[in-house]
Amino acid sequence: MIESNIQKIIRKEILTITNKTKSPHIASNLSIVDILVVIYKYFVKKNNKNKFILSKGHACLSLYCVLHFFNYFSKKTLYTFSKNKSKLMSHASHKVPGVIFSTGSLGHGLPFAAGKAYVNKKDNIYCLISDGEINEGSNWEALMFIGHHKLNNIKIILDYNKIQSLDFVKNVIDLEPLKKKLNSFGFYVSKIDGHNYKLLKSVIGKKTNKPHFIITDTIKGKGVKFMENSVLWHYKPPDNDQLNKAIKKL
Amino acid sequence: MRKKFIEIIYNKMKTNKKIFLIVGDLGFNLVEPIYKSYPKNFLNVGIAEQNMAGIAAGIASEGYHVFIYSIANFPTFRCAEQIRNDIDYHNLNVTIVSAGAGLSYGSLGYSHHALQDYALMRSFPNMEIISPGDDNELQDGLSYSFKNPGPKYLRLEKDNKKIFNYKWKKKYKFGGLRNIKFKSINKAIITTGPCIQKAVDLSNKKKFKEFSIYSLPIWSMKSKKKIKKQISKFKKILTIENHLEDGGFSSWMREVNGANTNIQISSMSLSSKVIGKVGSQDFLENQYYKIR
Repeated sequence: MIESNIQKIIRKEILTITNKTKSPHIASNLSIVDILVVIYKYFVKKNNKNKFILSKGHACLSLYCVLHFFNYFSKKTLYTFSKNKSKLMSHASHKVPGVIFSTGSLGHGLPFAAGKAYVNKKDNIYCLISDGEINEGSNWEALMFIGHHKLNNIKIILDYNKIQSLDFVKNVIDLEPLKKKLNSFGFYVSKIDGHNYKLLKSVIGKKTNKPHFIITDTIKGKGVKFMENSVLWHYKPPDNDQLNKAIKKL
Repeated sequence: MRKKFIEIIYNKMKTNKKIFLIVGDLGFNLVEPIYKSYPKNFLNVGIAEQNMAGIAAGIASEGYHVFIYSIANFPTFRCAEQIRNDIDYHNLNVTIVSAGAGLSYGSLGYSHHALQDYALMRSFPNMEIISPGDDNELQDGLSYSFKNPGPKYLRLEKDNKKIFNYKWKKKYKFGGLRNIKFKSINKAIITTGPCIQKAVDLSNKKKFKEFSIYSLPIWSMKSKKKIKKQISKFKKILTIENHLEDGGFSSWMREVNGANTNIQISSMSLSSKVIGKVGSQDFLENQYYKIR
């Protein structure tokens, strides 16, 4: 199945489950769907040893939906999301098949990925972080470490949707000039459209001598016009009318 | 004790390629033999404890037994959430090594005094505290950690402590109360960490002359049931620790005892008044130990 069809299924699933469970973070989930589809279609597979770590654990529903699509677990399991006794807690959990590391507190994914990449240079590690998350100092500790040790088997993908929990990133702690900062830390930095499958595939797959940091420009709430680029949808789940409206326009 | 720790790890690395030591830019004149002989199993991650704990979790997830080494509060409080989420909740084989138990670094001040670390570490469900009283207990504690993978907190006195032999090895199985000196069946001083000498000194005093002395170098949330059985024979217990009473070993012992009123527990521990005071380890310990 081509990526544009897969993303529709995933986005519909995310909207439906968020509506049912009244969960927050819908826009953060929609922002990374296309990246996850590309990673699991081309790079992290059941028959290879590459690993993926979702450091922005609050967007785990998107990951769970993608893992379900690629047959890591059943639809029945997916629809237990956030319910009593479910393994699918609302932040990424390593109790879920296909998830190797639990996250939820920001700034934990990158150091863990760095440790794995340091001792296992044969396999690739893909670590997806958020823009607001970069405020956490532990990321900068890890970035210095990864740059110093030239760990080019780690691919850091930044979901740069420009909105964090309370406000736009530039109003909270401006990250710019981000590319320059990362270059100076010893990274090969790419900046691409995070919703373009061809670009995502070719850039994530690029072999680099330096560790690769991929800034993906994304739209928070991508795919549902009335959710796009709004702080509100970091929190709000869609009601039934909004759900129907959103699904029709996918 | 730090030297002995490095010596044991060094010897273990000769046969086990999955032992990994990470330091937070500390260990001068101590860790050199390891990075010279086993550079692939050694990392200095710099002064970055959060990163150190996260990296340790990552390396442990690749099948290693990882030791992270730093002073007192740096490998514990500075990265408490990484220990909780990344190491303990993932039940990974990481031993957090804190050099400088209690007031070991006396004159360096409160940034270097480990007074609340038991409180933090014993609140994690998979974590086992290994707090050796001498080099024998350190050797046994490390052997225990090699045989029983999982999160451990190894708390080391900076300098060497007297070794207490008392031919205890025959009867003793690591993990329970280790008898140092037997005097009576139902009265006991129970120490953890480098406090055995304090117990010996106390037992020479009139008030405690009937008290037997035990050391408990390994304890945790998991071992409460086992220790409850072992202390059931006592009527009076005095615990000794180089830590604050609140959240420490004595608090743990009282939780172990639960609602049992047959045992009277008192504690000898450090007073919070020591915080901010200046002096050598001996000076501070003489001034700020309190029996309650």
